Amino acid sequence: MSATVPAAIAGGPTGSSIARFSQMPAMWRILSLALFFAVWEIAGRTNFNYAFPTFFETLAAFFEMIFDGSMGAAYLRTLEPLIIGLVLSLGVGVSAGVAMGLRKEVEFLSLPIFITMQAAPMAALIPLITFVYGIGLTSKVLAVIFLAMPVITINSYKAVRNVPPSLLDMSRSFMGTRWQQVTKVILPAASPMMFAGIRLGVAEGFSGVVLAELLITPTGIGDLITFHRSVANFAHMYATIASIVAFAVIAVSLLYRLEITLFRPEKRGLS
Amino acid sequence: MNAIAHTPASSAGTTATPVDLPIVKTEGIHKVYGGTVQALKDINLEFKRGEMTSLLGPSGCGKTTLLKIIAGLLKPTAGEVRVNGKPVTGPGPERAFVFQDFALMPWATVLRNAAFGLEQQGVARAEREERARHYVEEVGLAGFEDKYPHELSGGMRQRVGLARALAVDADVLLMDEPFSAVDEQTRRKFQEDLIRLREVENKTFIIVTHSIEEAVYLSDRIVLLSPRPGRVAQVLDPDINRTGDPDAIRRAPEYLDLTDDIWRGLREYVE
Repeated sequence: MSATVPAAIAGGPTGSSIARFSQMPAMWRILSLALFFAVWEIAGRTNFNYAFPTFFETLAAFFEMIFDGSMGAAYLRTLEPLIIGLVLSLGVGVSAGVAMGLRKEVEFLSLPIFITMQAAPMAALIPLITFVYGIGLTSKVLAVIFLAMPVITINSYKAVRNVPPSLLDMSRSFMGTRWQQVTKVILPAASPMMFAGIRLGVAEGFSGVVLAELLITPTGIGDLITFHRSVANFAHMYATIASIVAFAVIAVSLLYRLEITLFRPEKRGLS
Repeated sequence: MNAIAHTPASSAGTTATPVDLPIVKTEGIHKVYGGTVQALKDINLEFKRGEMTSLLGPSGCGKTTLLKIIAGLLKPTAGEVRVNGKPVTGPGPERAFVFQDFALMPWATVLRNAAFGLEQQGVARAEREERARHYVEEVGLAGFEDKYPHELSGGMRQRVGLARALAVDADVLLMDEPFSAVDEQTRRKFQEDLIRLREVENKTFIIVTHSIEEAVYLSDRIVLLSPRPGRVAQVLDPDINRTGDPDAIRRAPEYLDLTDDIWRGLREYVE
């Protein structure tokens, strides 16, 4: 059928799975989490690995770190490079991607750079960044940007390129200026795929900041993980890792909610 | 069809646009794609004000290309299109386009889609919505103003496309295979409605179609195009009375004979 937007770009795989998950009744969501924690608890109790804590030990360690303030302090340290890096990646990445999608000459100039960046194992560049920028905040921000920006840019670029040509013709045939075409047709039509890229980018940004904190100098969450590992506080180590995973998942889901509320009125009420 | 035969010769001057002058005129249109593929060759046609003309031909005969050239969406390689005597350099307010794939914005309601042409022209919200509402009603979609395109059937989506084209109050409606993406029953109903609509709206219609029945059923004039390169093979003026029961047309001997004649003429071009 001739749907107005190809299904493949209408939210991307993460978007649709998040949507499906949030459509599940609350009962099922709680049940699936409970099942997972139960398996964790049983696995921990079998003692298959001396470094694998049970679920309840991990939960206790988590609350201990919350109340002694070490968790909060760690997140404050980690969030600084993460947020600066993500804001820069979003600003530059989305504008570069849109510009590449709209203008041939920008595409020729910058597409090879971003394709290389996306394909290259950026983690391998982190030692190089340290070499040039030292072990401070700059290096950690750069690590976030290196991981987050390519996927944001490439998706924004492809999103703009994938706008159905008949919508462009439509805007033009009804006397739309180029500015109207971009703001009223191209950007809204591109937003689902763009946001799919942004969600991937934010997830990559989390990897970037944790990698930087593990590889460059232990600060924040990276420090907490390294420290508890070195003193064999495995429950605390697991609690920290689980917390950053949960934090990333929540951040990406909230981003999806934000997208639906801001840009996709036709999907409101569906989730 | 030329009801006014006694127009004074003096009114054929430069300022006046008498009713029997063609509203759209193509002069020696050639279109070559990529330097080698000749899509259209020497198209000279006149479209009379208030008439419905079909561009009919097998696929590959360049009928959509010709329509897009008239719309100003494509530039001819040589030749000129004149609308009301003025050469066409791009899309204009006196022409409105109805798209084969509807070209509706999935994130906009029926009302906003129908008002989109006016929105781009900078018409104030209250006024454009009032006008759009009128045409949404006229195409038979009253009550669906706040629905989104994905909540409508194919036929209803195309009615929105038609309302959008009517709302800008253009003199010429250019329809690119408007019924090819809807099912047969919807298509028949739509064709009947179009004949009714013509009695209310004083518009010139140019319709691209590959359906012989549709062309004969609807048109005052049928332009047969032959493929590779697209040329005007024949121009026919069916003399069919369309004032009575719409079903009677499909049983009229003139309708049946002409359909047969055209098929015999086109048969040689079909592999």
